[in-house]
Amino acid sequence: MTERQQMKKQKPEERINNFKEVACGFNKEEALAEAERCLQCKNRPCVDGCPVEVPIPDFIDKILEEDFDDAVDIIKGKNALPAICGRVCPQEEQCEIECILGKKGEPVAIGALERFVADFDLDSDKEEEINSVEAKGVKVAIVGSGPSGLTAAADLAKLGYQVTLFEALAEPGGVLRYGIPEFRLPKSIVDEEIDYIKQLGVEVKTNVLIGSTLTIDELREEGYEAIFVGTGAGLPYFLNLPGENLNGVYSSNEFLTRSNLMKAYKFPEYKTPIVTGKNVAVVGAGNVAMDSARTALRLGAEEVSIVYRRSRNEMPAREEEIENAEEEGIDFKLLRNPVKIIGDGDGWVKELECVKMELGEPDSSGRPRPITIEGSNFTIPVDTVVIAIGQGPNPLLSKKTPELETTEWDNIIVDEETYETSIEGVFAGGDVIGGAATVIAAMGDGRKAADEIHAYLQGKKMSKLR
Amino acid sequence: MSKILNKENLAPEIDLFTIDAPLIAAKAQPGHFVIARASERGERIPLTIVDYDRDAGNIDLVVQAVGSSTMEFCSLEVGDELLDLLGPLGEPIEIKEIGTVVCVAGGLGVAPVYPKAKYLKEAGNKIISIVGAQTKEMIIMKDKMEDISDEIYFSTDDGSLGEKGFTTDILTALLEERADEIDEVVAVGPAIMMKAASEVTADYDLDTIVSLNPIMIDGTGMCGGCRVTVDGETLFACVDGPAFDGHAVDFDELMMRQTHYQTQEEKAKHNCKIDKEVG
Repeated sequence: MTERQQMKKQKPEERINNFKEVACGFNKEEALAEAERCLQCKNRPCVDGCPVEVPIPDFIDKILEEDFDDAVDIIKGKNALPAICGRVCPQEEQCEIECILGKKGEPVAIGALERFVADFDLDSDKEEEINSVEAKGVKVAIVGSGPSGLTAAADLAKLGYQVTLFEALAEPGGVLRYGIPEFRLPKSIVDEEIDYIKQLGVEVKTNVLIGSTLTIDELREEGYEAIFVGTGAGLPYFLNLPGENLNGVYSSNEFLTRSNLMKAYKFPEYKTPIVTGKNVAVVGAGNVAMDSARTALRLGAEEVSIVYRRSRNEMPAREEEIENAEEEGIDFKLLRNPVKIIGDGDGWVKELECVKMELGEPDSSGRPRPITIEGSNFTIPVDTVVIAIGQGPNPLLSKKTPELETTEWDNIIVDEETYETSIEGVFAGGDVIGGAATVIAAMGDGRKAADEIHAYLQGKKMSKLR
Repeated sequence: MSKILNKENLAPEIDLFTIDAPLIAAKAQPGHFVIARASERGERIPLTIVDYDRDAGNIDLVVQAVGSSTMEFCSLEVGDELLDLLGPLGEPIEIKEIGTVVCVAGGLGVAPVYPKAKYLKEAGNKIISIVGAQTKEMIIMKDKMEDISDEIYFSTDDGSLGEKGFTTDILTALLEERADEIDEVVAVGPAIMMKAASEVTADYDLDTIVSLNPIMIDGTGMCGGCRVTVDGETLFACVDGPAFDGHAVDFDELMMRQTHYQTQEEKAKHNCKIDKEVG
């Protein structure tokens, strides 16, 4: 068996000085060599591993034929955002973990191949051929333009619905725009993928906060016959520790929004400022924590550490991103938990007081429970702290829509089968129903919800029976 | 894009803009604010909705050119368009019949105080206003405040209009004489002034509403940049406020957090001025 092609990357010592994409993608020869490895097996376990069921062996076969246009079309039949998914999906836990080759060696680099054909498509400059479907003259509103909303919008537009996407921020994309940094997902790629969705006939209305600018009721009055809520999980959690409101302490959402959305990394060319000190501590070990730490490094920090209360095995971030962070010199302070943020007397953060931890029996999440080692307190000098311990759904919309039922954690409650909320004709999916998950899981939700919305609008489902 | 329909200079470097924003005007209530961005490279800045005309679909905003982004905003003219305008944001204040309300406005604080005072007046309250600024020239919306006030007092740092001194000096004197008549105080201005006003009213156990002005980015509750401590609890001013009980707010923390970007702001302003001079 030939070896898996390794994607070229910018060298760590170079890339920490810029925001350019780290992974360079396959060239044609590499893509062909990698596509050659696929066994084209009959039972196609990789497809089952993909939340949106991209027919993986089929597009790989088209790569071998060097028919990249067809390869793209096959993917886009199931996935409206392949250039994004090829970059940010945790393929190692999804399609690639199911690959037969992975049982004895390394799985086919499905994500890299998806990215290759998607980038080929974006570079090819060809006029996108959109199969025109007969317009149904039925209006559907999508609230939130992150991965779930974009996918639902694309699917419904392809079915002939008149889709309007409402976004509170000034630019669409959700976490693809404000959360994931340029060095992992260039914003030009996000722009081009969203342009494709606009070409499908989706209208994008930015600077509209549903719940405040317009209510769900008003959307219905304006003739939207179904509404999909994909408002994500954008409410940052804090540690509730003493000193958390000191200057220099950021939520990861604020830190990344300033840098990614507002381009504070180009300050003062762009007017939004960001403060990054010499010593930065990022609390948490998910992808958001890795993104924050690596952003801080690129903003000029000298020492950046990840402070995490469990060990390396339990870190929720993608293995690839952990490795990237390690290569770039991020210091992993594992089995350490912050207990206090100490100020310098002038209102700025100066030290982070932590305790050492050890691992106990598995807890309800199945991961070993971290236990504090009493009396092990120590401090690390910091001038910036980024809290990246997770986020929940923003309660704003549900607060202004009392009939929309939510859990005590503000997740919108939906019927497991139909994705319908407590309001008839209003559906929800993505992180707002399940807490923060992955881009592709949100897209899978958007796809399924779009199918259900289609069924609902066709009158196949009798809402009375709910 | 939101078109600027009218621009009026209120004081040196302070302008009132009337902006075409029918969706926002339809929902606006006293206490609401917007987030505006003038151009692609600009910052998102929070601005109080000073007034709204639902029929015409307009809102009024007051902007003081203090930093690079507000300087850019104030360079816009009638017919120009704002790139982004999001709102209405925040929780409105409750407008009901209370009795006599003292409205204290320091400097640019007139902008957030005015809509509250105007609608409290319409709801049948007696309004006693105290308006202060550094100088007579810096007192904004004087006529409008006079129109909706049953009594009005002015203070200036240099004595060029009304009493020489601070708004809180007048508030202190007023409460010493007539505290029994007063049912509520609304005080908005620089954090230091709101803190002082809240300390004055605390002695009389007088309900005091302040409107906080922390740094904001999105204005929708997704980042916590605007977090403030109220009654020991961390709240987000953009969604839980911006109006709060003045006696419960940690003003020292607010003032400290307002200085977060002082160094950067100076740098941006410096660059902006160079642009102006060169360009």
